[in-house]
Amino acid sequence: MNILTERPNAGASRWAGAIPASVFVVLALALLVGAPQVLSSFRLSLLARFCCYAMVALGIGLAWGRGGMLTLGQGLFFGLGAYLMAMHLKLADAGQGQVPDFMLLYGDGKVPGWWEPFRSPILTLVAIPLVPGLVALILGLAVFKRRVKGAYFTILSQALAAAFAIFLVGQQTTTGGTNGLNGFRSFFGYALNDPVNKATLYYIAAATLLVMIAGMWFLYRSRYNELLIAVRDGEERVRFLGYDPANVKVFAYVVAAVLAGIGGALFVPIAGIISPADVGVLPSIGFLIGVAIGGRHTLLGPVLGTIGVAAAQNTLSESFPSFWTYFQGALFIVVVAFLPGGLAQLTGTLRRRRPASTASAAAHNPTPARESTG
Amino acid sequence: MSGVAGQLFAGLSLGSILLLAALGLSLTFGQMGVINMAHGEFVMAGAFTAYVVQQVISDAGVSLLLSIPLGFVVGGLLGVLLEATLIRRMYHRPMDTLLVTFGVSLILQQVARDVFGAPSVAVAAPAWLSGSLRLGTVELPVGRLFILGLAAVCVAALAVCMRYTVLGRRLRATVQNRDLAETLGISTRRSDRTTFFIGSGLAGVAGVALTLVGSTSPTLGTGYIVDAFLVVVAGGIGQIKGTVLAAFGLGLLQATLEYSTTASIAKVLVFIAVVAFLQVRPNGIYAVRSRSLA
Repeated sequence: MNILTERPNAGASRWAGAIPASVFVVLALALLVGAPQVLSSFRLSLLARFCCYAMVALGIGLAWGRGGMLTLGQGLFFGLGAYLMAMHLKLADAGQGQVPDFMLLYGDGKVPGWWEPFRSPILTLVAIPLVPGLVALILGLAVFKRRVKGAYFTILSQALAAAFAIFLVGQQTTTGGTNGLNGFRSFFGYALNDPVNKATLYYIAAATLLVMIAGMWFLYRSRYNELLIAVRDGEERVRFLGYDPANVKVFAYVVAAVLAGIGGALFVPIAGIISPADVGVLPSIGFLIGVAIGGRHTLLGPVLGTIGVAAAQNTLSESFPSFWTYFQGALFIVVVAFLPGGLAQLTGTLRRRRPASTASAAAHNPTPARESTG
Repeated sequence: MSGVAGQLFAGLSLGSILLLAALGLSLTFGQMGVINMAHGEFVMAGAFTAYVVQQVISDAGVSLLLSIPLGFVVGGLLGVLLEATLIRRMYHRPMDTLLVTFGVSLILQQVARDVFGAPSVAVAAPAWLSGSLRLGTVELPVGRLFILGLAAVCVAALAVCMRYTVLGRRLRATVQNRDLAETLGISTRRSDRTTFFIGSGLAGVAGVALTLVGSTSPTLGTGYIVDAFLVVVAGGIGQIKGTVLAAFGLGLLQATLEYSTTASIAKVLVFIAVVAFLQVRPNGIYAVRSRSLA
């Protein structure tokens, strides 16, 4: 029996693989039924925004939690998806053959050639997952095939997000520069200031997030997941067994990029703006804190952590902006230094005390599973 | 011809700034493997040290010369504080160190914002640094030359310290073989702390130097941290000469590209160049050869 058919080094992987479906159902009910009932339309729109962040977090959970690739540059992929969508919305608002308003203001009043394809809604929808995926594929192959890893990869991915933000700032006439793209009026023909359409956007974001979680759940139960964890824990051993660890890593990196791109694309009509401040180094690292708090090894931890942190940030930073920064810094320090498994570690510690076979059955049973010794 | 010489000087000047910011990192990241995101905030602390010193001593020249050692001490002490409280516990988890020190950098930035205010402050440069030297047809600003000289002095001092002093020998021994160093009676705990003191202190010196080329604000460090890490990565871990070469290489490249395109496109191209370079030499300019599989 080789290392890949055994569940290697259970700990982290076991309690993530055994995430009970019931938690997912509760989350789905909360998002699709509960939240629209309880929250005002303003809060609902905020939650829609957090769902977009959670999509990025889900991808980071795969790349970082499972694959050990700490990517500090997800802002790039989030931004690619977002800007593609924003370009289409700007062109659609301007109308057939017309020029978006900010270009008339800053530019020479012509639409640049690389904008033109995104007049087509279908092409835009295809490009939103495709472009971030392709960029991640090329970068991933360049980096991982050459066995650049660990801190080197992290720093490169961060530099990438920084370079992207700087590039956007410099292109005032074609990307809106520091202001970014904003002032969208319609979303595929539906007026964005209509409250019904706003609520629909929330449902789209929440449903997309749930579909992504379900897809990730299947991925986490596949042999690929075992392989990815094996690469994380012993890359050379996997290589000696005849696999190419680079391919395994590239796949996870591409999936994470696609999820981030879709999250970014949905973020644009919901937030109504995308600017370099949303894609640079700081937001890229900001994506990590929710993942770290929720538990990077788990399926739902990154999602719940991100929504929780974003909600806390929204409430706290409104009233005490300076306090929030201290709090965020302290969160990074306390969670990562002293609770590396995130909050999921707390439940995981309880669960790991039980034999594996009954772990999932007993998972949502609050009483200690004394009967499970048999 | 003067265009080329001017480009060359602009590149060297940019390179020297990058070098000052990256030199400390080449110790803490290169030698010890600690990814310290708060390094940029140590740079910022050095810059504010220069500001505070100037509030006390109004003579710009004296305050600058006094700020350089003081900036070193302030940066170094911050570094030691960080090492003793957090990094010490996390040597086996380098990736997590990155996130923890990022939290520290957020807090330090906010402290600076609460103490000095969010708008940037200016530190007056002494009169003898404000002119420019004329060399043939090229104007060389004295302030830039001063930074170039300061970078050279820092590199030389660090190289001499690492190569010829007892302290440097202990630090190198600790990095090369921790267990063996310990059996020889070297306190590796103290070595770690000293390395961190020197590395962070150099960040403080870089901060003092940066007050000469721009204004000082709480977010000063974030602008340099990414570039500084890129320099260390491109130069190769654990080699001062690699860092020096990479800093000037990236500086020259950036200056040349800026001349023919725009600053933002140059930045993107420099990044692509680094990725392409790592295709050829995945471990940077100077790689330490090893057969380890780690």
